[in-house]
Amino acid sequence: MANSTAPKSRSRDLDKLLLRPGNLVGPNFEPGAELRDDLQQYARVLVVGAGGLGCELLKDLALSGFRNLDVIDMDRIEVTNLNRQFLFRLEDVGKPKAVVAAKRVMERVSGVNIVPHFCRIEDKDIEFYNDFNIIALGLDSIEARSYINAVACSFLEYDSDDNPREETIKPMVDGGTEGFKGHARVIIPGVTPCFECTIWLFPPQVKFPLCTLAETPRTAAHCIEYAHLIKWDEVHSGKAFDPDNPEHMMWVYDAAVKRAELFGIPGVTYSLTQGVVKNIIPAIASTNAIISAACALETLKIVSGCSKTLSNYLTYNGVEGLHTEVTEFVKDKDCLGCGPGVLVDQLDTSVTLQNFIDMLEEHPKLLLSKASITHRGKNLYMQAPPVLEEMTRSNLGVPLYDLMGKVSKDTLHASGTINKDNKKTSGLRKLRVVFKGIDVVTDMDMAGGAYDQ
Amino acid sequence: MAHEWAKGHGGVLPSTREEKRQFKELLKSRMIAMDEDNYKEAIDASFKVFAPRGINADLQKIINDSCTEVGSNSSDFWVMMAALKEFIVNEGCGEAPLEGSIPDMTSSTEHYINLQKIYQAKSEADFLVMEQRVENILKKIGRDPNSISKATIKSFCKNARKLKVCRYRLIEDEFNNPSLPELQKYLTDEDYSFAMGFYILLRAVDRYAANFNSFPGQFDGGMDEDISRLKTTAVSLLNDLGCNGLTLTEDLINEMCRFGAAELHSVAAFVGGIASQEVIKLITKQFVPMCGTYIFNGIDHKSQLLTLQVQAANP
Repeated sequence: MANSTAPKSRSRDLDKLLLRPGNLVGPNFEPGAELRDDLQQYARVLVVGAGGLGCELLKDLALSGFRNLDVIDMDRIEVTNLNRQFLFRLEDVGKPKAVVAAKRVMERVSGVNIVPHFCRIEDKDIEFYNDFNIIALGLDSIEARSYINAVACSFLEYDSDDNPREETIKPMVDGGTEGFKGHARVIIPGVTPCFECTIWLFPPQVKFPLCTLAETPRTAAHCIEYAHLIKWDEVHSGKAFDPDNPEHMMWVYDAAVKRAELFGIPGVTYSLTQGVVKNIIPAIASTNAIISAACALETLKIVSGCSKTLSNYLTYNGVEGLHTEVTEFVKDKDCLGCGPGVLVDQLDTSVTLQNFIDMLEEHPKLLLSKASITHRGKNLYMQAPPVLEEMTRSNLGVPLYDLMGKVSKDTLHASGTINKDNKKTSGLRKLRVVFKGIDVVTDMDMAGGAYDQ
Repeated sequence: MAHEWAKGHGGVLPSTREEKRQFKELLKSRMIAMDEDNYKEAIDASFKVFAPRGINADLQKIINDSCTEVGSNSSDFWVMMAALKEFIVNEGCGEAPLEGSIPDMTSSTEHYINLQKIYQAKSEADFLVMEQRVENILKKIGRDPNSISKATIKSFCKNARKLKVCRYRLIEDEFNNPSLPELQKYLTDEDYSFAMGFYILLRAVDRYAANFNSFPGQFDGGMDEDISRLKTTAVSLLNDLGCNGLTLTEDLINEMCRFGAAELHSVAAFVGGIASQEVIKLITKQFVPMCGTYIFNGIDHKSQLLTLQVQAANP
């Protein structure tokens, strides 16, 4: 090869995309050294999860020119993680994933700074998430994705023409894997569908009817779940079943075998018992590598604009040969997450904050209990921690109309516990509050940012 | 129910939309209470009764392969395939050996187990027929009739409906002798345009590097000249492949020069992940390896798997 006269810079390859103009690029792409330097100095990316996808994401992002990364994960390292969460070693078992992952990547890539957060995603203030240019998700549950999605979408504001205001858009890149299958998607709140818009994509979780378990078992899984969910309580009343305790697992296995023999059902093995009880989905390192790489690539493209992006959902299947497909899903304009917000109207100006909070529990589209309320970043009432609760308690008796600056309508955010289908999950909802009987003013000079009609 | 229907309709199962609807109504009419789960399941699963009989097109293609004319050098796979061919025509009455398992369904344990046993018995019977045919074929081609194990034949029978044959050729062959119809099909199909464009451009870049001792766009400055040279190289490559007159998007050619042989980590990680996955499948002999050339397109992720070889059977 010809002798390269270009300086041997770590950024040599990335520079080709950041410094050179192109035709297949993002809408606001401004090539130049400033872009590359800004990416290094100012761009902040949050990686949610430091497991199979998270480890790969941190590595990929660190090697893609980003220097300021944060990673959040509430788990500790287990032996079964080691086949794919390559930043961890045997001696790390028991330590927090986020801490070890950050340390290892920083050791390997000089110049990158990763701040680990060993806690639950709900433990962080909503405003914490607003400090990042983009959030990359490497999660393994619908609930967690739903939560982060709600947080990111809560920053979204619409202008008077019902268009999303660009500076309030918090992009997300979400990846998920299961064996040989995986997906990567780009979420630009207000533009592409958010997680809630496409929640129907998920098949319902498998739950066996109680009568099948109790009276007419037919498969090995039925026998196992009988032992796990019914027999355990009968024999160990009160003691909680711990799936990580091998003695407990062995007990369930033995009980399942006995039941299976009673009904003449084959197939109960210790391995199947573990799988059914723990709902284990096998994980492969290569699938995680592929999906994370796609997510990291999209993150780079979204933050820098150096190329057009995925629009907006990529599925991958490696079971039979290799199959990837891109689907362009469409936003749901009435979405609870990224839409303009759930309408709570016809509010009397005398309604107090306490009345309002109580109302939210019964509201059919919300079912939100123990709500904490914020208005344009200001805490109106916080249920926790005790210090904030005490500070904001006096607002409960004040009319909401007054607390919101006496405007005819505006947006609030409420976070609390959502009670749906007998399940309780943490949730955050955007509310469009409209007071009744207030004359709508078309004058442009309105204090407090009221909407114009 | 299916039997009952067939009896009333000249021995034939529902096939038209109207007949399928009527069949579902028949099922519904037998429900005693509104919430009988087993009837609900039956209605939901009734499409299985309407499913076309016989073997699917993929399996048919393998059956028609000339490798089923076995000789002493034939592999175990093709010997069993030859037996399968005979089975389908004879004992199978157009169907492959029964797989034997049944999905879970609402039922008393006793009924379910009994049904399960019936299916398992038929599956076992089909297997025994296949085993006999395999032994006969082995004898005919001069091999030890017991040289293919019971376990192997059983596994073959269980997976008869999912059999696949993957054929590969040398990269040299692909370069020198590509399938012209496939190339033309891809170059004119909008869904494949980027992927196919990149395939041509990647090969053009190799040719460019051989000619000019550097990659297009490798150095800043002289970009316009590189773009023009890459375009010429790509056009001559297309001509050599027999695709005269077909063009590539200007945007892609420009982008290729913009890339300047850059290697981004995430792109490498993606392709490396795919490659390692295939290696694992080949080593462990599990799942189905990919067959074709996968072109990764990191711009809009509309990557494609291109089959660039002529699907001729090589005995």
